Amino acid sequence: MRAGIETTAMDVLMIRLFDTIEETNMAWIIAADRALREAFGETLIDLVPSYTTLMLHYDCLELEHREAHRRIREALDDLQPADTQAGKRHEIPVWYDLSVGPELQRVAERAGVTVETVIQRHCDHDYCVFALGFAPGYGFMGLVEEALATPRLETPRHKVAAGSVGIAGRQTAIYPLPSPGGWNILGRTAVPLFEHARRGDPLLKPGDRVRFKAVSRDEFEAQGGDITPLEERP
Amino acid sequence: MKDTIAAGMRVVQAGPLAMIEDGGRVGVRHLGVTQSGAADWVSHYWANWLLGNSPDSAALEIVVGGGLTLEVERATRLALVGADLDARLDDEPLVPGTSFAVREGQRLVFRQPCDGLRVYLAFPGGLEAPEVLGSRSTTPREQLGGLHGDGQPLKAGDRLAWRGEPNDERSIPERLLPPMPRPGCRLAMVPGAQIAEFTGSSLYAAFNTDWRVDDRADRMGARLRGPTLQCRLGSMISEGIPLGAVQVPPDGQPIVLLNDRQTIGGYPRLGALTPIAAARLAQCLPGQEVKLVAVSRERAVADYRRMLQNFSDGVPMTR
Repeated sequence: MRAGIETTAMDVLMIRLFDTIEETNMAWIIAADRALREAFGETLIDLVPSYTTLMLHYDCLELEHREAHRRIREALDDLQPADTQAGKRHEIPVWYDLSVGPELQRVAERAGVTVETVIQRHCDHDYCVFALGFAPGYGFMGLVEEALATPRLETPRHKVAAGSVGIAGRQTAIYPLPSPGGWNILGRTAVPLFEHARRGDPLLKPGDRVRFKAVSRDEFEAQGGDITPLEERP
Repeated sequence: MKDTIAAGMRVVQAGPLAMIEDGGRVGVRHLGVTQSGAADWVSHYWANWLLGNSPDSAALEIVVGGGLTLEVERATRLALVGADLDARLDDEPLVPGTSFAVREGQRLVFRQPCDGLRVYLAFPGGLEAPEVLGSRSTTPREQLGGLHGDGQPLKAGDRLAWRGEPNDERSIPERLLPPMPRPGCRLAMVPGAQIAEFTGSSLYAAFNTDWRVDDRADRMGARLRGPTLQCRLGSMISEGIPLGAVQVPPDGQPIVLLNDRQTIGGYPRLGALTPIAAARLAQCLPGQEVKLVAVSRERAVADYRRMLQNFSDGVPMTR
């Protein structure tokens, strides 16, 4: 595997594997993640995979820069892509409703379809988890079909409720915690993403596949969902 | 660890921000969990050193002061290192960089920043708090860590307990006391891969400007105000962000990312401050003038090693 290795900080290297976001990247990113963890062992402080890169923070008191480079080269030399079927498949129940998903309307208007069609089409696709970031257990997923792709809100909300499911561009994600956010919110899930992340074992991991399933308000409440409406756009 | 530890200090009045911080969360960045930990790790380290604690022990990070009042319920020895927040023990001024005995009934008050922004109050053996993902550090945004494990800063009525006994008195050699930032304070930065994408005049400006720390500065990052920097890359595919990353969003005003930064992001970067420079920036009040100074990676590592050597000078400590 050919990889670019860039200096990112005193003790941090960026390993660049790809230039564009593709679902096929994931098999390589996952394989590189495993190989690098093994190659660095105790000298690894943190390894942060993303869409096209892995950021590697090593212990510069224990490892010379040149040796870090050598280990990366060696780890990636004979890399084979990971088995993409190995990732977990998740079905995430979502209550799609204008009270908790006000941008259903905006996405529908932009796409020239009904709200019902937006819901159906958001559910009618297996999304790939590309990366975790933004918040503990927050998984960036894609790709949303072109017609539903909707840019971020011009002014982010001060507070998006935990469990909110949103779209930004061709990405989709679930907010594990209440936080400020500019994504177009379509609905809400009762799945406790933050609780998983807090235990160090997030539900969604890079390479996993996610399918959303529309549920009724009653089902959502029975699952422990909070029906408090989302605040209006600022 | 003992099963029950008697509390020994009560929060009478919470200031604007006082939080438990240790060495931060390590090995969890891939979960989307931020680094957290003491923003001025150098002062935090010295505060623990004064009490013979392990350097990553949990201490209080007190920002601004603003009337934070603590009442001693059990006599002990404490250490204070970092900013001068006009701290008083029963109206007697406390000098940062020292340890001192406290008696039952005495009150510690932190009033206002006179020099620097954050001070670390260390306790024997470190503060007691539940470990969350391997750390006691408080991260409000992530609802992780702190006294109750839920990310809340200290509030009135909280009771603090510590995990050890006071040691013999130690003092920090004068020449090794971490200095608070002065006007024109130099922040060492290791240039990063995207530096070549900035225009020549922007690069000249980056390293020859007295940047001003903006009001929008906190544990996530500090925005610097000055000339507009131009980068040929608008935004990039999100990738991991290291401590001290100097990112430049489209408005051309750099943001230096600190301990509570998001784990990935997509703005181009000039490079990353060294850990020592990041600690120094964390002590800068809004309006402070700072300069970015490019240093080689080798030089940064050598300075870092020397700093750690300082901690062990005279007293062997495990890292």
